Amino acid sequence: MLKIFLHQLNIIWSQIVSLWLVFLHLFHKSDTVEYPDVKPHMFPRWRGRIILTRDPDGEERCVACNLCAVACPVDCIALQKTEDEDGRWYPEFFRINFSRCIMCGFCEEACPTHAIQLTPDFEMAEYVRQDMVWEKEHMLIDGTGKYHDYNFYKVAGKAIGGKGKGEALDELPPTDRRSLMP
Amino acid sequence: MVKITVDGKVLEVDESKNLLEEILSQGEDLPYFCWHPSMGSVGSCRQCAVIEYANDEDERGRLNMACMTAPREGARYSIEKAAKFRAQAIESIMINHPHDCPVCEEGGECHLQDMTVMSGHNYRRYDGKKKTHTNQYLGPFIGHEMNRCITCYRCVRFYKDYAGGTDFGPQASHDNTYFGRWQEGPLESEFSGNLAEVCPTGVFTDKPFSKHYVRKWDLQTAPSLCAGCSVGCNTNPGERYGTLRRVVNRFNDEVNGYFLCDRGRFGTGYVNSDERITVSMTRSAHDAAPHLASTDEARSQLQAMAANSIGIGSPRASLEANFALRELVGAENFYAGISTNELAMSRQILDIYRSRPVNIANIKDIEASDAVLILGEDVTNTAARLALALRQSVRNLGKKMARDMKFPEWQDAAIRQLTMDRKSPLYILSAHATRLDDIAARVKIGTAANSARLGFAIAHEIDSSAPAVNGLSADEKELVTTIASALKEASQPLIISGTGAMSQALIAAAANIATALNGADKKANLALVSAEANSMGLALLMESSDNSLDQAMASNAKAAIVLENDLYRRAPASSVDSFINGLDQLAVLDSLKTRTGEQANLVLAAGTFAETSGTFVNYEVRAQHYYSVFKPVDTIRSSAFWLSDKKLSELTQGCADSISGGAGIATLTPGEGFSVSGMKVPRQQHRYSGRTAMRANINVHEPKQEQDEEGILTYSMEGVSALKDATVFNTAWAGGWNSNQSVFKFQSHTGAALKQATKGHCLVENSVSEKTWSEVTDAEKVTGDFEVFPLYHLFGSEELTANTEAIKAKATSAYIAINEADASKLGLQASDGVSVEHNGAVPYIIRSSIAPGTVGIPVGLKGLNFRDLPAAISLQKATDWATPSEWHAANIIVSDKTSVNAENGGEA
Repeated sequence: MLKIFLHQLNIIWSQIVSLWLVFLHLFHKSDTVEYPDVKPHMFPRWRGRIILTRDPDGEERCVACNLCAVACPVDCIALQKTEDEDGRWYPEFFRINFSRCIMCGFCEEACPTHAIQLTPDFEMAEYVRQDMVWEKEHMLIDGTGKYHDYNFYKVAGKAIGGKGKGEALDELPPTDRRSLMP
Repeated sequence: MVKITVDGKVLEVDESKNLLEEILSQGEDLPYFCWHPSMGSVGSCRQCAVIEYANDEDERGRLNMACMTAPREGARYSIEKAAKFRAQAIESIMINHPHDCPVCEEGGECHLQDMTVMSGHNYRRYDGKKKTHTNQYLGPFIGHEMNRCITCYRCVRFYKDYAGGTDFGPQASHDNTYFGRWQEGPLESEFSGNLAEVCPTGVFTDKPFSKHYVRKWDLQTAPSLCAGCSVGCNTNPGERYGTLRRVVNRFNDEVNGYFLCDRGRFGTGYVNSDERITVSMTRSAHDAAPHLASTDEARSQLQAMAANSIGIGSPRASLEANFALRELVGAENFYAGISTNELAMSRQILDIYRSRPVNIANIKDIEASDAVLILGEDVTNTAARLALALRQSVRNLGKKMARDMKFPEWQDAAIRQLTMDRKSPLYILSAHATRLDDIAARVKIGTAANSARLGFAIAHEIDSSAPAVNGLSADEKELVTTIASALKEASQPLIISGTGAMSQALIAAAANIATALNGADKKANLALVSAEANSMGLALLMESSDNSLDQAMASNAKAAIVLENDLYRRAPASSVDSFINGLDQLAVLDSLKTRTGEQANLVLAAGTFAETSGTFVNYEVRAQHYYSVFKPVDTIRSSAFWLSDKKLSELTQGCADSISGGAGIATLTPGEGFSVSGMKVPRQQHRYSGRTAMRANINVHEPKQEQDEEGILTYSMEGVSALKDATVFNTAWAGGWNSNQSVFKFQSHTGAALKQATKGHCLVENSVSEKTWSEVTDAEKVTGDFEVFPLYHLFGSEELTANTEAIKAKATSAYIAINEADASKLGLQASDGVSVEHNGAVPYIIRSSIAPGTVGIPVGLKGLNFRDLPAAISLQKATDWATPSEWHAANIIVSDKTSVNAENGGEA
């Protein structure tokens, strides 16, 4: 009999404790983020929406080398190389099917020109799946993104408009093929 | 064979080969750049270093280049111990290499990338400045990016030493060394495209491919064949996003080895051309407006008209398509689609191969021949790959000299030093100077009839039982005895002729010479070049019938089905016109718009070689199968589909059953049940990218992968790539070897035949020993001012490839070629045109080699139909002359072009 009584008491006590603890929460800092009124803090290296960036001169960084596409484990990147009249490579089209993308960031790791970058933006939901297919014009931003200084064509040996042979970083002027001087 | 020890492993190797070749043949990896299985060793890149030990006690050993080392019995070598040296060597090679890989066409299939990774070099410690070079414009085929050069000299060794090019070479010295032309301009060699494959890095790249570039791993590929001429080179075309991107060589030791000609490599752009027929159409009359026809409609219309139609086949359509047409209309209503003379020549070649004691020469036989006679065939322009092989044949004297001195054959530079200018004899009887004249011992200019007469005389000189020729001049007698004795002395003589000169007598003369050379222990090599990719296949189907196009046009038929054939290129325009006007119904199956197709009541959109599968039979009657590379839009179907309800394999079997000696045709593929690990072979490589994005702009819901119901390949990545198995050799790739150099992993021995893949099947087994002769035919006397002979252009003479942009850039419109004396007799000034009898006016060039009274007329070039002309024509200075816009005299590359005025479209 006593045993039953003590048991009932225990239950009532535990409920009082629960009520007290819940009451104390009135004075705690709230854990709930009032999204979308309040935006969470995203760290710069968060792997979210993919962008294409420009080099410090304002030109497209992507050279259409296809390395992001081949690195992509879900094969959701497709592009086609073309070049301007001065020999600069760039993508004719550059398409990411975000409905397949798993935000793994391999494309960014593979990119030799810092063109493709993942950003902290995660708000990518759409009502229609077709709207998750993004083309270059949707992804290309006007800035350099996370990496400000790198300019691939200033380092590469290929001549493009405005940069001739021997004018890249750490290059000698072109040799004279008619010279036999040592 | 000798036994050697490499890093403790005992290997049995061939001492006549070099150590590098043998180590690679054993499946080991050893980096190299300058060595090439077809070009031998020069030891310049220092990459294949190994340690060679003097004896069992030797701990230190000495450094040797494996490519310059002959394996010694019992010797001990180490690959591992020289790893540090190789890493240092590649580090210094890479000092000036630009930071270009992402924007380099070679990236992903770069031998330099592979070897750098293999040697372990990954960080440039040297912080000095990089050497740079300016580039040259090298024409529409090859891009030049000299910064990437590692001075391995492979380009020069191929272009000059192997292919005989004269306009390209090394310049400057030490670390300024430069590889290019003496001045900017298109490369002249017909084999320049191989530079892209030979160069281990990205200095020379495929320019048309670069215009719509994708990486190697993104190309959907299949084993295919070149449809450009009768050699039947094996290729691997690659497709991406529905268009054909490029063609690379597929190794076949008996057909094309490691190399292709530029027509084959760059001539497939017509597959993507605007001139393609992409939908089937019907017209109520020849000149009425066309209406679209659905696949079912078009097919049932074709079947409906078949019963009382004649069928006109084609030497450029597959064996199966021609067979299906013959089945559809009945053998008696099936016509060959080539002129009576051309059909007769094809059948004559078959007959010679079957009835004469000769060895039908493949490319290996040609390269091994030590005396050659070319009878009237301009091989460089009609079967270019053979010309490259002929250039190797004249080196056999040098190789013999080396053997006599007990010198290994792979010592390439040393043998060239030893040989200097000495060459095995090669004689050319031709109507004009050819591109092989520089390696010829003697060149005799004369008409086909005269060359045939000399040919018959040579045969009689060798074997007196052969029919004799009377009335030879003293000069001719001297030439005949010289050639006859050279051929007699040779251990492997080779006679080359073909249908190019359009003379049956010439082919008969070639057969007589080869027959005469037949001795107790030797058989002469004979190669008779035919006109098109499947000329011999068509001849096999026509063996019991002599229905030619001329007969078709005289048959009074009221309905005709024309298979992949533009009749206006086969016969005089006037007779084709009257033939078509007499028809009530004309159905044309073709891939490109043609003048014949424009007048058809029913046009069916047919697939090209890249979109269909089938069989071609090459000049040596070797049947080879080609697999479709990609599926075109749904309205384009293979000709075999339009013509027959049967499956392709049933048609192939039908060909095998109906062609005498054709059983081999059915064995060209591994058969329907073939699988690797229970799955079909994928056309896409394991690294193929973009699968879920390439069509996402059309619909994000991915469609089912294209199915290939009949084939043993899939249009997807599904399945196991045949990575170590070349049974279906759709791309050369091996772990760590991303470039085409990886082909050695599939060969039974480096440079030798592939382990599994079919080499095709020769349908003629020649075991004749009895000599029979062709009678000497007297040349018909031609009447007219100028006797006509055909000229061929590698770029432009072939119908389909001429529709490719890159080929157009190297081609020209029609012209005539005459001797200087004749030109002044006609009163021609440099900028004049010539009006040709039965035809319009065309520009002219002067070629000093051409005999007076003869005129060279190009075949297949725009502006002049060779078939319109009789055997002799009169010429006149044209009045009201304006140079045609497509006339590019500079594109005519001949050694004897003496003067072409700048106003006339070219430089002197």
